[in-house]
Amino acid sequence: MHGKYHVRTTINGEAVEFLCEPRQSLLECLRDILGLTGSKEGCNDGNCGACTVILDGRIVNSCLVLGAEADGADITTIEGVARGSRLHPVQRAFLEQAALQCGVCTPGLIVAAKALLEAEAQPSEERIRFWLANNLCRCTGYDKIVRAVQQAAHEMQEVNR
Amino acid sequence: MKWFDYAAPRSVAEAVRLLAAHPAARTLAGGTDLLVQLRSGRKETDLVVDIKRIPELNELRYDPAAGLTLGAAVPCYRIYQHAGLRLAYPALAETASLIGGTQIQGRASVGGNLCNASPSADTVPLLIALSATCHIAGPQGTRAIPVEDFCVAPGRNILTPGELLVSLHVPPPAPHSGARYLRFIPRNEMDIAVAGAGVSVTLDHGHFRSARIALAAVAPTPLLVREAGDALAGRPVSAESMGAAAELAKAAARPITDMRGTAEYRRHLCAVLTRRALEAAVAQAKGN
Repeated sequence: MHGKYHVRTTINGEAVEFLCEPRQSLLECLRDILGLTGSKEGCNDGNCGACTVILDGRIVNSCLVLGAEADGADITTIEGVARGSRLHPVQRAFLEQAALQCGVCTPGLIVAAKALLEAEAQPSEERIRFWLANNLCRCTGYDKIVRAVQQAAHEMQEVNR
Repeated sequence: MKWFDYAAPRSVAEAVRLLAAHPAARTLAGGTDLLVQLRSGRKETDLVVDIKRIPELNELRYDPAAGLTLGAAVPCYRIYQHAGLRLAYPALAETASLIGGTQIQGRASVGGNLCNASPSADTVPLLIALSATCHIAGPQGTRAIPVEDFCVAPGRNILTPGELLVSLHVPPPAPHSGARYLRFIPRNEMDIAVAGAGVSVTLDHGHFRSARIALAAVAPTPLLVREAGDALAGRPVSAESMGAAAELAKAAARPITDMRGTAEYRRHLCAVLTRRALEAAVAQAKGN
């Protein structure tokens, strides 16, 4: 039985079905089958977080999830973070704080930060740093990223007031 | 990754049938160890059996009389987000939050941490200290064994082909008891223990009624140091008694020298971590 696996998911709010080999990771399915190339392959072993997506409400490394496991799941990728041309506050804050250089880690960091700010309105700096510990950035030194997340948290609170 | 097939059984019986029919099959819980090992070629398989759709494997139930039932596939975040568990077993909730980062904790399970049988597994010394038992299903029926007997060598556990770790059971915390796992890592997070110590204590009017001490990353398997805990039974709670137990833990350690630390450094850490973990567990016990 070398067949493909039929997976039915919701990705960024839309019902999506695809066929994958059982050995293909969710990251490979997103990028190579569905053309959603925003999620990046960095280390491909769960250390760097560049492939972070939200799977049923939790951030995960999509390189450590099989596509087949995603059957029935609700997935948010970086492509689902902006509303059309309206950037998410986290995305705006990353631009304004210059929280990126090469950009490879950025999709994963933005997805992870969005998930944090949706769960906790006012995370401390320590909380932000621990939450994002699974997202490696070799350019910025992290301070600008943490500042961007703090700015986004502030803006999201203003909006909700 | 090399080709393999995938199955997601809905019952323990179905999983056991699949595992028994495919001796090279691998069980998949959070996948944070297995998928890395399959990708790197360290492990090979023809069938990955995803156990996350089996109700018993997702069970997380605490009852003050019966204790804790922890399904083998329950991810770490469910453990530290469970209010009742956090109150009854704060050390377990804290240890579940030490493993990897947020993304890993969204997937990785304590059952998987145990089955992976790494000498440095962070949750295992604490499970041993808490007298947890493994509930195993197999073609011949079910069996229960103490966690300290589960790991047999680096990366190898006691499960035979067809067997599945279904759940872990932790007895209810005794009155005036406390527990703690401490590890040493050179960073603040996202690292593998150079050494670790998990302890539990039960106090009785300024004395230890009983204690259990187990170590991580200083032997081929997580190591229960029975004599270190037994030495505390009946002794007054004091720096001397805890220091003596810490020295017994150090003496039992059989570490190797590798990239994370020398054997000598690891032995030193065993004494320091055991003493500090005992102090923390005593402080918690006094509050209970």
